[in-house]
Amino acid sequence: MLDLKSLALATLLTPLAAAVFTGVLGRNLSKSWVHTLCIGAVGVASILSCSILTSLVFFQTEALNIHLYTWAVAGDISFQAGLLIDKLTAAMMCIVTFISFMVHIYTVGYMRDDAGYRRFFSYITLFTFGMLVLVTSNNFLQLFFGWEMVGVISYLLIGFWFHKESATVANFKAFIINRIGDFGFILGIAAIAYGFGTLDYARVFSQVETVAVSGQAIMLFNPIAIPIIPFACICLFIGAMGKSAQVPLHVWLPDSMEGPTPISALIHAATMVTAGVFMVARLSALFEHSAFALHFILLIGTLTCLLMGLVALVQNDIKRIIAYSTLSQLGYMMIAMGVSAYPIGIFHLVTHAFFKALLFLGAGSVIMALHHEQNIWQMGDLKKYMPITYITMLIGSLALIGFPPFAGFYSKDLIIEAVKVSTMPGASIAYYIALGSVLITALYTFRLFFVVFHSKATMSVETISHLCEPSLNIRLPLIVLALLSMSAGYLLVGPLLQGYFNGSITINDALHPGFAMLQAHFQGAFAMALQGFWQLPFYLSMAGVLIAWLCYVRYPQLSSHIQKTFPSLNKILNHKFGFDTFYEKIAMQGMSLGRSFWQQWDNKLIDGMGVNGTANAIDHIANRLRQFQTGHLYHYAFFMILGFLLLISWMLLTQPGVK
Amino acid sequence: MTLPLLSLLIWLPIIGGSSLLLFKKESLAGWVRGFALLIALPCLGLSAYMLHAFDPTRWQMQFQETHTWIPNLNIYYALGIDGFSAPLIALSCFMTLLVILASYRSVKVRVAEYLAAFLIMQGLMCGVFSALDAVLFYSFWEAMLIPMFLIIGIWGGANRLYATMKFFLYTFLGSVLLLVVIIYLQILARQTPGIDPSATFNILTYHQLSLSLIAQKWVFLGLLIAFAVKVPMWPVHTWLPDAHVEAPTGGSVILAAILLKMGGYGFIRFILPIVPNASQAFASGMVSLSLIAIVYIAMIAIVQKDMKKLIAYSSISHMGVVTLGFFTVFSIVQRSGSESGAVMSLQGAMVQMISHGLVSAALFFSIGILYDRLHTRLVNDYGGVAHVMPVFATFFMLFVLANIGMPGTAGFVGEFLIIVSAFKANIWYAAGAATILILGASYTLWMYKQVIFGAVFQPRISALKDIQGTEIVLLLLLAIPILTLGFWPAPLLEMFKASSEHLVGQILQSKI
Repeated sequence: MLDLKSLALATLLTPLAAAVFTGVLGRNLSKSWVHTLCIGAVGVASILSCSILTSLVFFQTEALNIHLYTWAVAGDISFQAGLLIDKLTAAMMCIVTFISFMVHIYTVGYMRDDAGYRRFFSYITLFTFGMLVLVTSNNFLQLFFGWEMVGVISYLLIGFWFHKESATVANFKAFIINRIGDFGFILGIAAIAYGFGTLDYARVFSQVETVAVSGQAIMLFNPIAIPIIPFACICLFIGAMGKSAQVPLHVWLPDSMEGPTPISALIHAATMVTAGVFMVARLSALFEHSAFALHFILLIGTLTCLLMGLVALVQNDIKRIIAYSTLSQLGYMMIAMGVSAYPIGIFHLVTHAFFKALLFLGAGSVIMALHHEQNIWQMGDLKKYMPITYITMLIGSLALIGFPPFAGFYSKDLIIEAVKVSTMPGASIAYYIALGSVLITALYTFRLFFVVFHSKATMSVETISHLCEPSLNIRLPLIVLALLSMSAGYLLVGPLLQGYFNGSITINDALHPGFAMLQAHFQGAFAMALQGFWQLPFYLSMAGVLIAWLCYVRYPQLSSHIQKTFPSLNKILNHKFGFDTFYEKIAMQGMSLGRSFWQQWDNKLIDGMGVNGTANAIDHIANRLRQFQTGHLYHYAFFMILGFLLLISWMLLTQPGVK
Repeated sequence: MTLPLLSLLIWLPIIGGSSLLLFKKESLAGWVRGFALLIALPCLGLSAYMLHAFDPTRWQMQFQETHTWIPNLNIYYALGIDGFSAPLIALSCFMTLLVILASYRSVKVRVAEYLAAFLIMQGLMCGVFSALDAVLFYSFWEAMLIPMFLIIGIWGGANRLYATMKFFLYTFLGSVLLLVVIIYLQILARQTPGIDPSATFNILTYHQLSLSLIAQKWVFLGLLIAFAVKVPMWPVHTWLPDAHVEAPTGGSVILAAILLKMGGYGFIRFILPIVPNASQAFASGMVSLSLIAIVYIAMIAIVQKDMKKLIAYSSISHMGVVTLGFFTVFSIVQRSGSESGAVMSLQGAMVQMISHGLVSAALFFSIGILYDRLHTRLVNDYGGVAHVMPVFATFFMLFVLANIGMPGTAGFVGEFLIIVSAFKANIWYAAGAATILILGASYTLWMYKQVIFGAVFQPRISALKDIQGTEIVLLLLLAIPILTLGFWPAPLLEMFKASSEHLVGQILQSKI
């Protein structure tokens, strides 16, 4: 059997090779070659990831932490590229490669007629590589490499249809907002380098205690100083806020829906946007030492969870509804991080990857059938025409609202429990908000579901006549993901609570006993599902479904009536709490400031007064002086005599003894 | 007999370039281009050999050559390179070769003179980076202006006369003070006991010269004006956008890739080691100027409509990171008490110089490729270029990413190291430098979006032909080092290590 290092390297390099090959030579290859190669490579990576997981779990292989090569040595810090393969990494590798594999298969059908078919495959395969670099890194620098790489590919894929102005505006926005996050991230890395003298995870974690008690601090303004670990954690989390689209850096994610649907499923639901969650879990040893940072995470997560769920209620674009739902679910994951229940956050990441990818791919199937119509009010009654999409979407929706025993139930229920038992100040508020969000989740999810599949058909007769189920390579991923959305929670909750993440995630049980308590109370997946039917979240979600049914199926006029009754609420939600307007204002201000720097300072002051001003002044003086050069001999003679007289009188006057 | 490597690097292109002037007939253009390549290629080979033979573990000057030049004034023809100058010389040779390659398509008039100017300039640039005698340095430094002046003035755009005059006067006025300082230091060296009377014009002698703080401050200001104009630092930067806009592609490339680096080189060869106390005294002011350059200039770049102007402002902003790296060293040592952070800062600044040289050159070449086709540099005249020039769009994307400091490209390394080391000095220095992440991405990607993305509305865009032949070779030759440095900057950093450590040692020693 191969050792872990070769397995991990092969997992990384197979997608890279395929992506580079198809990227460079793609135009000379046939479509079927391109997709066979890419699907094959990601499939192999997927199998290899599973074998890594197997070897870690069943053969008790030691976690791998090695250096591959020295990137650079500067000053006294040596920056290494390396691999860290433990159970957390292996879980992420499996999720990334598996979802990517599903999306690759789906793409064959979805992008069939697109001119950029080869380019698309090359991008998503390269994305898989980037994501693997991110999760397998054993140091902050390589994490940042993967982080930026997936960011760039996300940028390229959001703007994949670059002839559309909206797509290129969206990808520009996504990049810039992410860069605001990166601004924090890189300062966080700098703080780590400053405080620990290394960027290596293992060496940083081993020094955490020493640095925490050393009282080393970063001076902001004299005399305000922040200890190094909270500072680094907050900065790194700002990076996570960008990538994982947390309020207020979330505005790029809904717009990213301009990209083709497969990447919305892969990048903007299942993998890349969860990188921030992964990072916090990966660095749990660090975050555990900063109550302040954890509070901050809890606050941001709670806000995101609630606010974005509310916005999802009033969206009309099928992909945007799911995108806002993703934001809200990312908020849930961050809540779990905030209360130090890192494994549960990762658990929700995994189940969410399955059901959210499913929902996106299902939405893609609907969009395709309706010839790229995305407005849910232009759909309706699709249950009749697309039974498989209907059933799989139903499964995905039930998983999302946390219906026992679907996948989402286990993870969300555990998050709510974790918040409930948390002893952190403010956790009780977060608990009520998380509960309220369950209702909201059910409401927007089934609003979409009922309007699309149950309400009266509003499509043209011509569209209806074309309606049919998509091809097999689209149905297959839907079915596989649906099966996983049903079963993944049930299967994984046991290992999770029996200490799967011990060793890769650090929790200070004395300070944050929540997770340990949940572990102690766990009585098996089946019992948990049974109990689930008797608990508050279940009733809340059922209430949500019921309201959605009343508003959108039973009494369709009800929703517009509600909208009219609360116009200001409706307005706030439709403006998405004004975040976009806020950023636009800042951008406008920045532009006009730049313009005034350029025109007032550079052009008028420095060039006008300084550079050209000097030139003009010299010109002016020279013109004056020129008037002495008259060319008339008597003028010169006059000045000569005048000068001579002045000289003589001066000499006479200064001569000693003349007086 | 050892090979006079540095002299060859200086005089081979100067003599070869001058001899091109004998073949001014337009019909000989093809031959002339071939001949120019025949000169530039061995120069690149020589510089590669030089890098190979260079011992990066030593800070001392290597490949030294000394001949008497003006004996009664003790002026020598003294050459030598250390870890700072060797990569810059190689970069000069490399860039000139690329400019010659690019001229195959873009230059049609006065080919012989054009190539001659660039070859002569290459020799002079190598001279600047290897001269150890102050007068020799000054001669090369000033001589450089002439070919550049001609390049902009003859092959430049519509407003080229204004731009050349501005360029010439700006840099010339700055340099005059350099001469004054050199003479002052020379007089001082002659009066100082214990200094070898034959080495009074040697730059390395000045490194050992003790100076009172007040004298140091005057010397600092004199040198600062000379070098700050070249870098250029805010507020003496306004010549650069004009010069870039009017210069032909090759001129812009050399200007951005090498000429600006001469300013940075001046800081590490003259200012920091000769007047360390004054540098320390003025350090916070210099850091402020650098941060202003990074932020203020980047904000100006955001509102530019001319691609070359945009990249010109971007260059100023990126060079701000270099000067920041030079002048944070004092507070890094003061705050952290260790020299290694300062060494990292200097290494970062040097890498930033090299990487900015590569990246800005790549961007100017790319804009040149577009300009050759449509004869406009305005962003709004383009749109949807990716539809018709996909290969070009891919290369351009890479260069744009490098310009915004994407990890995996050369542009990341220097900025990263400087942010990490500036953090040790002051969190706000690091935060100021890190704004380049956001602002740089804003203007560069905005330009990319407007030019490359979008639908094709104009027939002249749909008629564009993708890059081919020499153009692909050219962009590939730039892409390879940009990516290599991004993924493996270790050898380059190694190159700067010994010299940086030595320089940190020098500047920490009080000269008063």
